Amino acid sequence: MTDRTTTSVDQAAVRSRRLRTAFAALGMLPVLVLLAAGFQFINPRFLTETNLLIVTQQSSINIVLAAGMTFVILTGGIDLSVGSILAASAMVAVLVSLVPDWGLLGVPAAILVGLGFGLVNGLLVAYIRLPPFIVTLGSLTAVRGIARLLGQDTTVFNSDLPFDFIGNGSLFGIPWLVVIALSVVVLSWLVLKRTVLGTWIYAVGGNAEAARLTGIKVPLVLLFVYGVSGLLAGLGGAMSAARLYAANGLQLGQSYELDAIAAVILGGTSFVGGVGSIWGTLIGGLIIAVLSNGLILAGVSDIWQYIIKGLVIIVAVALDRYRLQAGART
Amino acid sequence: MSATAQEQASSHPVLEMRHISKTFGAIRALQDVSLTVHAGELHALMGENGAGKSTLMKVLSGAYRPDAGGEILIDGVPAATGDPIKARAAGIAVIYQELSLAPNLTVAQNIFLGNEPRRFGIVDRDQCNRRANEIIARLGVSFSARALVSSLSLGERQLVEIARALSTNARIIVMDEPTTSLTSRETDSLFEVIATLKAQGIAIIYISHRMEEVYQLADRVSVLRDSGYVGTLERADLNASRLVSMMVGRDLSAFYKKDHRPPDAKRAIALSVRGMSDGRLLKNCSFDLHKGEVLALAGLVGSGRTELARLIFGADKRSAGTLELDGKPISIGSPREALDAGIAYLTEDRKELGLFLDMSISDNISMGVLARDALTGGLRDFSAAERRAAKAIADLSIRTRSAQANAGSLSGGNQQKVLLARLLETEPKVVILDEPTRGVDVGAKSEIYRLIDNLANRGIAILMISSELPEVIGVADRVLVMRDGAIAGEVTTSGGEPLRQEAIMELATGAAQE
Repeated sequence: MTDRTTTSVDQAAVRSRRLRTAFAALGMLPVLVLLAAGFQFINPRFLTETNLLIVTQQSSINIVLAAGMTFVILTGGIDLSVGSILAASAMVAVLVSLVPDWGLLGVPAAILVGLGFGLVNGLLVAYIRLPPFIVTLGSLTAVRGIARLLGQDTTVFNSDLPFDFIGNGSLFGIPWLVVIALSVVVLSWLVLKRTVLGTWIYAVGGNAEAARLTGIKVPLVLLFVYGVSGLLAGLGGAMSAARLYAANGLQLGQSYELDAIAAVILGGTSFVGGVGSIWGTLIGGLIIAVLSNGLILAGVSDIWQYIIKGLVIIVAVALDRYRLQAGART
Repeated sequence: MSATAQEQASSHPVLEMRHISKTFGAIRALQDVSLTVHAGELHALMGENGAGKSTLMKVLSGAYRPDAGGEILIDGVPAATGDPIKARAAGIAVIYQELSLAPNLTVAQNIFLGNEPRRFGIVDRDQCNRRANEIIARLGVSFSARALVSSLSLGERQLVEIARALSTNARIIVMDEPTTSLTSRETDSLFEVIATLKAQGIAIIYISHRMEEVYQLADRVSVLRDSGYVGTLERADLNASRLVSMMVGRDLSAFYKKDHRPPDAKRAIALSVRGMSDGRLLKNCSFDLHKGEVLALAGLVGSGRTELARLIFGADKRSAGTLELDGKPISIGSPREALDAGIAYLTEDRKELGLFLDMSISDNISMGVLARDALTGGLRDFSAAERRAAKAIADLSIRTRSAQANAGSLSGGNQQKVLLARLLETEPKVVILDEPTRGVDVGAKSEIYRLIDNLANRGIAILMISSELPEVIGVADRVLVMRDGAIAGEVTTSGGEPLRQEAIMELATGAAQE
């Protein structure tokens, strides 16, 4: 009798633990679903194929930046310079595309420029040991200046962009932008969860000093994550240029870093490092895109969009903390 | 004080804790502990790590509420429990090991922090400084109330904490290992302050592991063991072996290892350390570590044992010194190089410097050998990690639901075994263990001792830092004692004789020199 009660209590405990684990794994997905359902209720045009393609396309560049940001934040760092690097890389992409016969090299050139800036950030953080916030705040400003310098502070155009398919073409009906963003997410997952380097990234973020005493070359890991963030910002620059057939050093990518950080945080990655996942970042990026798109469809004014987006980010993360604490208590 | 008043005062002890028990879930942290403290008495509280001293003091300070049935009487009157503010108002003050001062404020500001004398709603700075100076004068020490706390030494900061306690009219002051980080001069002046406090009728509960301090200071000593009360000795009855046997609950000789390997000149030297200095604390440390030997590094906290270990391991920069491994000179500039050479280090601070609490047990165990196990393309070999984890969990009997559980979910002893497993996976020739049983329960302790013995039998050279003398004597074949950043001497034994605890203490305290 007593035994049976205990067993059923145990089973209930196991069941509720499983439920919690499953819920924890879902993370912010329920929020995304709820938001989508809400917007569909307000405006039935929301859940149409055309609109969903627009949403995913609009979110793709932010998701690419946020993927890089995930690497950095997992080590407990931050990269504020991705918006500026995106602008500079987009300028390079368009400028190189204007070179006769070699125009296609615009894409790798943009990526390499982004990688270069990222590595400079990484060197300063890893070897000079400056705080990431300060280093990337500096490069946010300096690289923005370089981006303006590249086009003599004008907008550069190429109406005959050789890689415009990236921005406006589709592969089997899926926009190239979306294909690229998803590939970046899958590759990031592979690196973070399936490679030795990925485990080191989590270890450095979880406990940098313990990582060093375990023989992990912490500076190399840091160099890598800032390099990745820069490289993906460069890729984002190429995507942006391909979409617009143009680039402007002053306006392009302004405050993109904030959307990228918001996506990572919404995705449940810990700001102090060591905990998080790229899937969370994907969901976070989609939440931001759904919010922007849904609010426009709902006819909300631009000003109120800002206010609502900000509040949703805070409330969602607060709920997430509350849920995790509730899980930890029992 | 008139005779009747004195009688009345002495008829009630200033503090009585009766039948205090405290359980956390299924864990019993205190079991029916009673403690009586008189005014003007220094009552020492002793016991091994985890015996329940800190929990008892947390019950006293109101941080924890005792289980039903326990009561605290102050001057014979039942006091509120589980309420820190009421406990402080009743005259109870605790000086913690980690000082809780604001370094950028003055002494006076710290003394009255949260309790500032006010006039018209704003802090009355003059009164603040005046009253602070009065209290400092009562302690008979020599710094100004206007001095910034950041400009004071650690010992002086502790006196500021005591002054803060006096400012709230504390009559019972708890000191938790107050001399741990003090120089001998600072310790002396703390002892003078303690004498002053006692003369003023203040009761002091003094937690310490240092026998000589207890001898010097205590009027009575109470001993806790395994969450329970063992007994109280009057000053006249103080006796080291009796105290030790009360603490460990068994004759000390039962702890002794059966076969001490006597030093053997024929045994090959594994690691030879010469002239290690760090330009700060460590001065010219040299010693040899033999294969298959357990060499203990003893000494008081702050004598430089951990610093020396970290220097050998390449975790800190050295200013001078050379290393030879198996007779060949090696240069070590980082932990990576040390591990590659075959030297492994177990940190004393497993939460801050050792574990990845949010990562799985399996990842924690394999962390040092991920690159060695890696598949082509740098991919993780998860089956290798699982094999290592499963073997370690079985070999070291790590108690866990699954190898995929977070390291943070384990108990202290099992966390320590995870770190030991990680260290062994690197297949070291020389192992440095820094306080390998700190914060570990009794069962896990003996398992760790057995593991150390096995490693030595396999020919691995072991350097073990330990602050627990019974552990040093029970586990080590030979003991080096450090004092003030230098090797003060060596304690060995010939034949089956146990290592002499007194000999170690004399070297550690400098008594042997005089």
